[in-house]
Amino acid sequence: MEYNLTTLQPVLPEIVLLCAACLVLVVDLFLSDRTRLVTYGLSLAALIVTVAATQYAAGPVREVILDGSFVRDPMADVLKTGLLLVSLFAFVYAKDYLRELGAFRGEYYVLGLFAVLGMMIMISANSFLTVYLGLELLALCLYALVAFHRDSKTGAEAAMKYFVLGALASGMLLYGISMVYGATGHLVLPEVAAVIAAGTADQTVLVFGLVFIVIGIAFKFGAVPFHMWVPDVYHGAPTAVTLFLGSAPKIAAFALAIRLLVDGLGGLLAQWQDMLIILAVLSMALGNVIAIAQTNLKRMLAYSTISHVGFIFLGLIAGTDKGFSAAMFYAIVYALTAAGGFGVVTMLSRNGLDAENIDDLKGLNDRSPWLAFMMMLILFSMAGVPPTVGFFAKLFVLDAVVSIDLVWLAVVAVFFSIIGAFYYLRAVKAMYFDKPLVDVPLVSSLDTQVAMSVNGLAMLAFGIFPAALLGACRAAFGG
Amino acid sequence: MIALSDYLIVAAILFSLSVAGIFLNRKNVILLLMCIELMLLAVNINFIAFSHFLGDTAGQVFVFFILTVAAAEAAIGLAILVVLFRSRQTINVADLDTLKG
Repeated sequence: MEYNLTTLQPVLPEIVLLCAACLVLVVDLFLSDRTRLVTYGLSLAALIVTVAATQYAAGPVREVILDGSFVRDPMADVLKTGLLLVSLFAFVYAKDYLRELGAFRGEYYVLGLFAVLGMMIMISANSFLTVYLGLELLALCLYALVAFHRDSKTGAEAAMKYFVLGALASGMLLYGISMVYGATGHLVLPEVAAVIAAGTADQTVLVFGLVFIVIGIAFKFGAVPFHMWVPDVYHGAPTAVTLFLGSAPKIAAFALAIRLLVDGLGGLLAQWQDMLIILAVLSMALGNVIAIAQTNLKRMLAYSTISHVGFIFLGLIAGTDKGFSAAMFYAIVYALTAAGGFGVVTMLSRNGLDAENIDDLKGLNDRSPWLAFMMMLILFSMAGVPPTVGFFAKLFVLDAVVSIDLVWLAVVAVFFSIIGAFYYLRAVKAMYFDKPLVDVPLVSSLDTQVAMSVNGLAMLAFGIFPAALLGACRAAFGG
Repeated sequence: MIALSDYLIVAAILFSLSVAGIFLNRKNVILLLMCIELMLLAVNINFIAFSHFLGDTAGQVFVFFILTVAAAEAAIGLAILVVLFRSRQTINVADLDTLKG
């Protein structure tokens, strides 16, 4: 195959982002702390230009290039756009927090941009090699980000736990990949799928490999029983990092699951379905029940993440295009909601002191009614209260599960999300009905306020008009 | 002639040893990093054995990428270890217990 610039067009967004990230890295070296805002502005510009490049390269036809290792399809377009916009929100929220912490340096934004690049490569991966490289680019940036506030007492410990368990997960995933490679003789996902469909591969070796791949995916998602790192990392990392780590990578993790389990190992649906059912039920149960016992807001949101991962798995379990598009809708909506939720936590933290506890939400309505309203919309969306978008996200995955006759699973999911509503509503109660512990007015810069308003109102807007996003997700799976 | 299964058994033993090492070790964080490297090397043996017996070079190419990424990973792991030692004055795994709940 001949290479020229036009054949590389599907990779355009990645190339643009790579160049932009390198540019930010170099420019940042020549800036003093007073002019650091330039780095911030350039990083936001980089994300916006990459969104434009993604839209430019987008199209309804599936394109495979670079000897089958890279694919651009409608699903990749939608996921990349969602990912970039969520990262944009995260970068905006992080600015004030990092300034107060005295850590407003270029590293956060450079590492963040490279992490976004890694996620985009994962989303567009069409071979095991590309999946692995994208995953590692993301993971290595996140390990460094968690540890990046050097004087933090908990940051280094959280980073070490994240590093060891993340590397363990990568090792598990690789071991599984090596088994599947051995059984099928291919690394490119559609070729693997073709060999599995032909039935010539050794079934025992395949299923053995599949188990390890599912464990690796579950680790990256943070599904029970592979969730040990989630609360510790969310809690120990600086809130600006938790914000990034807890939002955008969920979209990439969804893409990882779709690429590996559906594009590559779709022929083993019956086998991985059972494994995911166990993971989903355990995640929803443990996540929601343990979250009730938390007094730390970041830990509570971490356990809430675990329960939401269970819901994303429900859509995958359905194994139908309807289920996959519902899971995709859920992943994008959850990433946006989580960015907003952690965004509020960063806005409450001032003078280098983290407002980490649920008590810090007390009387938020007296201090800033608008912020309290935004947080209420976000918490309602996480709990799944209509008319916020979280309700529809839950409805679509439950609908997908019911339509393959797993009614008991839907009942379990509803049961645990009712338990989950308790701790979200407790936070809302603290904001509206309790007296504030401190009477310091909340100050935040204009861009943060605008981003938070857009983010909070998006919960409402997508909830009232879910058809646009849902239509994009359906189209991604050919519906 | 050494059969494919022999290579796979060696790789599986190394892999199990490294996973056991990560979970059993309560003393030293550096041992954890060594276990992680061992785990990736076990995967490499798998890939090369399959690649050789399948007569397909893609697996060996994958190994080069794993080796490179493992080097980057070790660099970041050691950097985190340095930060950890600066703030705690210890690299004992059992002392990493301030985050709980």
